[in-house]
Amino acid sequence: MLSRRCAGVAALCTVVLVVAVALFVLHSADALAQGPFGVGTPSGTAGAAAAQSDGIVAWIIAKQAEFYRAMAGTIRSARTDGSALWFLFGIAFLYGVFHAAGPGHGKAVISSYMVANEEAWTRGVVLSFASALLQAVVAVIIVGVAAVLLNATARQMCDAEWVIALISYALIALLGARLLWVKGRGFLSAVQGLRRKPAPVGAAVASPHHDHSRDHDHHHHGGHHHHDHGHGCQHHHHDHDHDHASAWGHAHGPEPQELVGPGGWRRGLTAIVAVGLRPCSGAILVLVFALAQGLFWAGIVATFMMAIGTAMTVAAIATLAVFAKSLAVRLASSQSGYGMLAMRGIEVGAAMLVLAFGLLLLLGYMSVERAACF
Amino acid sequence: MLPALAAAHPHVWISMKSQVLYDANGAVIGVRHAWTFDDMFSTFAVQGLKSAKPGVFTPEDLQPLAEVNVTSLQEYAYFSYAKADGKKLSFANPIDYHLEQRPDQLLTLHFTLPLKQPIKATTLDLEVYDPSYFVDFSFDEKGRDVVVLKDAPANCAASIKSLNEGQKPPEVPLGDPRLEVPNPEDWGKSWGAQFANQILVKC
Repeated sequence: MLSRRCAGVAALCTVVLVVAVALFVLHSADALAQGPFGVGTPSGTAGAAAAQSDGIVAWIIAKQAEFYRAMAGTIRSARTDGSALWFLFGIAFLYGVFHAAGPGHGKAVISSYMVANEEAWTRGVVLSFASALLQAVVAVIIVGVAAVLLNATARQMCDAEWVIALISYALIALLGARLLWVKGRGFLSAVQGLRRKPAPVGAAVASPHHDHSRDHDHHHHGGHHHHDHGHGCQHHHHDHDHDHASAWGHAHGPEPQELVGPGGWRRGLTAIVAVGLRPCSGAILVLVFALAQGLFWAGIVATFMMAIGTAMTVAAIATLAVFAKSLAVRLASSQSGYGMLAMRGIEVGAAMLVLAFGLLLLLGYMSVERAACF
Repeated sequence: MLPALAAAHPHVWISMKSQVLYDANGAVIGVRHAWTFDDMFSTFAVQGLKSAKPGVFTPEDLQPLAEVNVTSLQEYAYFSYAKADGKKLSFANPIDYHLEQRPDQLLTLHFTLPLKQPIKATTLDLEVYDPSYFVDFSFDEKGRDVVVLKDAPANCAASIKSLNEGQKPPEVPLGDPRLEVPNPEDWGKSWGAQFANQILVKC
């Protein structure tokens, strides 16, 4: 009786925490791309969130608008006053920091990916920087090839940007689908594991103390947490894990040394490309503007400064998401040993978010890029 | 249902002037906008366009771009939302449009939005904003002829209000029916609407 009630409490906790993590990702990360002209924001709650968060969100938007507009003036004055360049690079960096704190799908996707994938937070930092730098490189290539070499019009550049964006969204959807496939199976086997061992002290729960001790050196909490449990309760589907060991979903969490190994890089590559492929419209505008002022190189440096600023914010948010998840899992495990289920549930939820972002972006419900071509 | 997905942030700034147009009977027939783009976007927009003198564009050089602009704007309802005595009005396709490059190199888009049906109204409420807030609209800072009532009956007077300047966006409580936006094209309206520029004409 008591254990059943505990189970109920834990299940409730799980649901609440999944929702909390989802909201966290969406809210702090405010998932919406900077779509030129027209971004739909799915309904009710969006409006409510916006209306309620006038304080900090409005402030972030105001700040980044300020930095963004200052860039135009600074590039103009840099033509005659070289020292203005340092100022330009400084505000480009700050713009990046604030820009990423505001709406944008990149951080939402990365955070969800991190949560779905039981990654170490250090990996989130790497992913954030890699994808932001890729965004900068893509922006420079688009403007470099289209505007500098081909003298393309703004309209043509927008069209190119739009096609690239679609590819990027499709990749995000694929990434989400893949995660959901792998994590959904993990979730189902966690449920099965509980059915087989309904007692809270089952192998599935192994040793909370053990986990806690690992938490303290929190480099790779998520990975180890899972790793330990994986062997505890998942023997009956051991083959699943190995099937996917090399996929993005990799059922076993990475050992710290794997993160820096070649395999570790490869695993994150899809996420990096999916997020980083689509350049920021702001970067393209800045580059074209700098080009028109005869300071294309300064535009390139500014673009990379923006990328570094963006990466720092995204990395911070992704790190928070990872710790929020490990906290959630720890709370769930302390209840009755539903930690495994909680973790799997959270992962499935996060995987669904990645898929949803990809689909919504792709179908134009979250961001309508084409109107950049205005 | 999907949870909160907040809105965008501006990449384009437009400073606007508007004329409300009336016919001989005192009915509103449309609006003529003059929208000036910010420095960055003005430069971006003319990238790759041909002109006799580099960097200097005549309205003829810019006409294809103006065409693109008004065509693209259709999808966004021209960012113009009008109500006469509380009743929503709809606009027909724009006419008389062209782009002008000002001496300071900023581009101004001029276009007229005719109402589908001319209407006599004691209160006309015209709001200009981008629901997604990719474009930030504000009234022209210079403040002269920001709003002109053209051929309006003598008893009509206009007032303007910017919701985005020094004013807190309106508080909308959770569960407010205004937050229920059934049409996809209306999504996020409540967000961008916080930054609306309102022209109110009373006759």
